[in-house]
Formats: sequence, C-alpha cells, structure tokens
Amino acid sequence: MSESRTAGTTTGPADSRGGAAIELRDVTKAYPGQPRAAVENFSMQIRPGELVMFVGPSGCGKTTTMKMVNRIIEPTSGSITIDGRDVLSLDPDELRRHIGYVIQQIGLFPHMTIAENIAVVPNLLKWSKARTDARVEELLHTVQLDPGQFAGRYPRQLSGGQQQRIGVARALAADPPVMLMDEPFGATDPITREKLQAEFLRLQSEIGKTIIFVTHDFDEAVRLGDRIAVLSERSQIEQFDTPAAILSAPANDYVASFIGRGAALKRLALVPVTAVTLGPPSSVPTTATVPHDATLRDALDLLVVLGGERVDVADSTGRVLGSLTHQDFSAAIGQAASHGTV
Amino acid sequence: MNAFSFEGLRVFLSRRSADIADLALQHLAVVLVSLAIATVIGVGIGLLVWNRPVPRTVSLTAAAVALTIPSLALLALLSPVLGLGWAPSVVALVFYSMLPIIRNTVVGLREVPAHMVEAARGMGMTRTRVLLRIQLPLAWPIVITGIRVAAQLTIGIAAIAAYVAGPGLGLYIFKGLSSLGSANALNYALTGTVCVVLLALVVDAAFVVIARLSTARGLRV
Repeated sequence: MSESRTAGTTTGPADSRGGAAIELRDVTKAYPGQPRAAVENFSMQIRPGELVMFVGPSGCGKTTTMKMVNRIIEPTSGSITIDGRDVLSLDPDELRRHIGYVIQQIGLFPHMTIAENIAVVPNLLKWSKARTDARVEELLHTVQLDPGQFAGRYPRQLSGGQQQRIGVARALAADPPVMLMDEPFGATDPITREKLQAEFLRLQSEIGKTIIFVTHDFDEAVRLGDRIAVLSERSQIEQFDTPAAILSAPANDYVASFIGRGAALKRLALVPVTAVTLGPPSSVPTTATVPHDATLRDALDLLVVLGGERVDVADSTGRVLGSLTHQDFSAAIGQAASHGTV
Repeated sequence: MNAFSFEGLRVFLSRRSADIADLALQHLAVVLVSLAIATVIGVGIGLLVWNRPVPRTVSLTAAAVALTIPSLALLALLSPVLGLGWAPSVVALVFYSMLPIIRNTVVGLREVPAHMVEAARGMGMTRTRVLLRIQLPLAWPIVITGIRVAAQLTIGIAAIAAYVAGPGLGLYIFKGLSSLGSANALNYALTGTVCVVLLALVVDAAFVVIARLSTARGLRV
C-alpha cells in the first residue's frame, strides 16, 4: 500500500528525486495575550520522501505547525531541522526558496503569465534564462498542461483545476527537497479534487519529495498519505501512523471519531486486488470483472452492484487471473477488524 | 460696459490663437511635470506607510489638511520663498496632488489579497520585492485612478498659479478679472476658463488610455 509509493526509488530523473528528512522537536507557538499556546511541544520525525498528512479540525494548529517549517510563522521555542540543518538559523527568504509551498487559495500572481509564475523561484535563485525556460516547459509537461498552449496565458484564463496544477508546478520549480501543502485541493469541486489527487499521487511517485500536507478531510489523508498525523487542539498528536494502521487500530476515541463510519470500507480502498490470494476464476463467464490495478473496495462495489458470488480479476490484456469472494474481503481486513471499531 | 458678442469673441480668438495654444501647452506642461513629481513622492510615501498604522494616519491626515488650504493663500506663502513663475506653481500643484495619490496607493496596496502576499513570501521573495513586484503592479489600477484625480484637481488649481506669474491659461482668467469693464475682459475670462475645462477633458481621456497601457496585461478586464 503505502510502501508502493515510498519504495519506488528508481523512477524519475536523478536530479529531481528524493526529499530531505524533517525533524521538529518540542516546537511551540504561543501568541502573546492568549492563555494557551496554538501549538504545544510538537515533536515529529519525517523520513526523506515521505508524504505526511496533518489531519485535524479547523483551528487545531495543524496549519500553524506546518507554517513554522518555512517560518511563515516563527516558532516561540523548539527546533526544526531539515536534513540536520537548523532552519531557525538560516535566512528565512533563502530557506523558503528551497521549500515548495502550495496554499489553498493557490495565490498565482494575476499580472504574470503562467510561465512567469512558475519562474518566480528560479528567478530568485538567479538561474539563467535558458535553464528557467527549459524547467518551465518540463514542469508544464509534468502537470500535463501543454506548454505551447499555456505558458503565455494569464491565471484568470485557466480553470480552477488548471490553476491548482500551476500552483503545484510553481512550488516544484526549483526542485525543492521539501514541500508544504496547505489544503491545496480544498477549494476545488469533488470531481476535480479526485483528479488532482490521482495526478498528485502519480507525480509524487516520480519525484519522491518530503511533503507535509495539511487537510481536514480524513478520506483525503487516507488516500494520499504515507503516514497520517491525527491532531487535536494545540496540535497535539493523537496518533501518527500509516493509514491502514490508523483505520484498523485507532489509538483512542478522538481518532475513531475522526475516522467516522466505514473504517473497513476505507481500508479496503487501500488494498489492491492483487494483494490477496485470488481464488479460481468463476466457472461461468461473468461480467463482474475488475482490472488488476483496482482496489478491494472497487471489487466489493462491483460485487454489491451485480449481486453475484464472486468477482473476477483480469490483467491488462483481459486475461482472468482469479476471483474474489465475500470471504476474501473479510479475510483481507479480518485480523484488524476484530479490534472492533467498525 | 461693452456687451458680449460672438463676433467679438471670434475676432478675439482668431487674433490670439497662437497665444492661446502656447498658454494651453504651458498649462499642460506644468500639470504634467507636477504630476510626475507628485507620483514619485506620493507613491513613495504610500509604499513606506501603507502597513504602518501611525505613519499612515499621519500622512493621510496631513495630505487631507493640505487640501483645505486655499490655493491663493498657499501661493502667497510660497512666492516669498520660491519667487515667481514655475517654482511656486509646481510646488503648489505637487502639494495638492498628495492626498489622492497617497490615499489610492495605500488603499491599493492594502487591497492585495493576503494569501497572494503569503504565497510570494512563502516562495522566498523579500518584503521589498513583494511590494514592488507583486503588490504595486496589482495595486496599479487604483494608484493610477488617484493620479487621474490629482490631474483633474491640478488642472483647475494651475489656473490660479498665474497669480504668482505661473505658466498657463490662468493668465487669461486673471487678465479678464483685472480688466473688468474693458472690451475684452469677458473674452479673456471665458477663453481661459473654457480652455481649462477642455484641457481637463482631454487629459482625462488620455488617462483612460494611460491606465490601460500601464496596467499589466493579466489584470486588464
């Protein structure tokens, strides 16, 4: 599951691969005149190339915590290091040029073309024009927008989804090892959001950045995250683990309430059909066939819709590899389901 | 007292057409020079104070109070120091241009959405760069509106500058005033006034074009 995303260290150009380790130690942010700290003694170690989701209700301090990493907000105390370097001792502007930053409102500059928007950080880093131009073109390809068509356009001429892609491309421009993303897909409609999420996962599998991704949408966290930090007030970590582990064994009632109903179904969505031992194919040709890259949830969905006993799994050529029955679904999550939060 | 006649005005205009054109150009010149100086100073002050509550309030209040000083009084105060002619005229016009330019600069800079400034800061732009490369271009349509208001204001006030021998069409208005009862008194005053109004209309129209051309393409509606 999550391993399939973090373990793929062979794809992508060598220069754009890999992230940096981030460590926050006892980070606190207290605003003067407020009785309680916004973030209190927050400690976390994030491995290189890991996509960590901060999930929590509005006002829990998750965004504040993230913004202390690039010092948009200065911590009151504690230390933050990126690859062992203390960010609080660096020049904040220089630091930020090496950390990708994507915000919910996107914040594309309306008076600059798409190419100029993407070139902001390369220009700050004084790249040559040729290098910048080449990078802009490469990034537009990366986010699947045709450079010939989009480079010269202005943000207002783009749809919300396209603008958000440019926002991600702009953050990636100087190939930063670390990305901070503050509800980047929060303002898009559900269909666009799902598309952007899928693209983002594909992208991350290529570039392997270390990413802190803030969201209040637990399903988004499950879908995207290598690990999820469920946060409560003052950015207290209630649980920090893989999506599967959190779904199968929530640490406490707070986490359980955050997961909401249908934890078993959410877990099925994390398991590819090929991860279970398939039974023999159905004896009769059936219309209930899912592709081999589907998840157990897709397979179960089909099974429920068609009302059959089993669902076949076919490879990309259409050859049937095997089949799944109701028991296979239960078995796949059975061990953990007995912990009884479903 | 001589009665006004169109025939008289026609003769007056035809005899003095070159003179009138010259005065109109002078008038335009003193206004444009003053506006250029006022824009540099006003936008500069705006950039310095927009985000500092006390200096902002002080400069806006000062500029507002300045506007209440009668122009004749200001010119009378300036001329002992600066003499006659262009110098006191330009200083006075710059003085009166401050309020619309500073105020619109401040408003424009403050209206740039906070998230855009945050995105810029988050990418590692320095404060100065954010101000000059992001906020000012985005605020520009509002700033230029302030300059346009200042232009209208100063075209009118420039007419008074003739009081201290300043350049421009005010000369005719004052000539008319000082020769009341003479044959051409009304012709002088009327010509001066109408030309000032026409000049104001022309400059205002020009500002529509200037505003459009000087606004970043991505912002044009």
